[in-house]
Amino acid sequence: MKTFAEQNFPGRLIAVEGLDGSGKSTQIYLLKRWLELQELKVFFSEWNSSDLVKSATSKGKKRELLTPTTFSLIHATDFGDRYERQLVPLLRAGYIVLCDRYIFTAFARDTVRGCPPKWVRGIYNFAGLPDLTFFFKADLEVSLQRILEGRPELKYFEAGMDLRLASDPYESFRIFQGRILEQYLAMSTEFNFLVIDANHSVEAQQSIVRQLVAKRITLSKFVLPK
Amino acid sequence: MSLNKRMSSGLKTLASRRVLVPKRSPKRFYGHGIPGVDPERLSGRLVVIEGADGSGRSTQIARMVQWLEGCGHATVQVGLKRSTLVSEELEQAKQGNILSHLTMSLFYATDFADQLENIILPALKAGFIVLADRYIYTLMVRDLVRGLDEAWLKNLYGISVVPDAVFYLNVSPELLVQRNFQKIQALDYWESGMDIGLSRDMFDSFLKYQALVETEFRRLQATYGFTIVNGERSVEEISSELQERVEKLLEGK
Repeated sequence: MKTFAEQNFPGRLIAVEGLDGSGKSTQIYLLKRWLELQELKVFFSEWNSSDLVKSATSKGKKRELLTPTTFSLIHATDFGDRYERQLVPLLRAGYIVLCDRYIFTAFARDTVRGCPPKWVRGIYNFAGLPDLTFFFKADLEVSLQRILEGRPELKYFEAGMDLRLASDPYESFRIFQGRILEQYLAMSTEFNFLVIDANHSVEAQQSIVRQLVAKRITLSKFVLPK
Repeated sequence: MSLNKRMSSGLKTLASRRVLVPKRSPKRFYGHGIPGVDPERLSGRLVVIEGADGSGRSTQIARMVQWLEGCGHATVQVGLKRSTLVSEELEQAKQGNILSHLTMSLFYATDFADQLENIILPALKAGFIVLADRYIYTLMVRDLVRGLDEAWLKNLYGISVVPDAVFYLNVSPELLVQRNFQKIQALDYWESGMDIGLSRDMFDSFLKYQALVETEFRRLQATYGFTIVNGERSVEEISSELQERVEKLLEGK
């Protein structure tokens, strides 16, 4: 697997990864605003958001029909759809594409659910690697608190209830998130994650993110055509 | 012999026949399989019938079910695009023709996996004979013809159980055209491979596409060991060949 720069795409892909509640969505939003205000070609894409696959995914989740294998495959389908119809064409057109979660989310979640890591990675091997991957590393307790304070109603799959880790959704969520964190940390070196300490203030983190982006990507090449 | 006589003698042999308990055969997965499923515990049989639309698959499966149930075997049928999870969405996607090959492939794999886990594996655990109207081979062949990577597909379908038998009903593209017209008076968009631009003429495209599919099936045969069955004979001739083969399989020969 190669990055988009290595594949000579004119565009660049920046991904953010991290646990729910690590603040990654806030950070990528602020990054997007910063790039937009410089009038650059920017596109933002979220995990699990392709229209067509959404209906099947939500049906599967609502009715608790999904097994680890179908959970994995349906998300791969969703990703494949977005990847080929949106991400690749935009990268070909020289956009900076921002992804809130990328293939590493699948690697971490599906592995925790018991799918063989080789199988999962094999399925996603059509995807290019991000040119930059920010990993927002918060203490487990901090992310848990953020989520549990804000959204007391935990969804079945979100809490990892399908894994039967605990009968209490909150307890299940804690164990599940802890295992996902382990997976992320194990991938960190292999995939050159830029680790950001998510226990710092929003501004402190954003300032590091912006500096790194400016250093690694020649932003002047991405100006919107007038 | 008159038809009546033949039928009554058929029924008599059926009534006097002892129910044969199939020999056990060890199962395995093509690859990693499904997390938490021990293939040793799958005591049923998986029989797959492959072939193009119009090759007589459903007719043969219907006859096979009749015969097997008559012999005292419990059967379950599966096919493509029949999952609770995604079959509706898959149908929508097919109508709209807006998904890329890769996405379509993953969507079909999801549909397959859903049936594998919810129907095929439980039935095999319970000792049923599972009759599959198409299996991963059709899915792989369709994707291979569309240029997807074989190693990628093999990994993807490493979740599947190796069947006890795979029968490929082979019918020439020319005869398939005739049968399709007899049956539905039209050629199917996908079965004609119209999405890959072989020809703007649907009739031409159908012939070219089916020829590609057949070549790919024959190539895969080397790896997967299908039994190629001449599908151009009468319904009865084909079903008696299939019965004979399945009978041997159940006897463990």
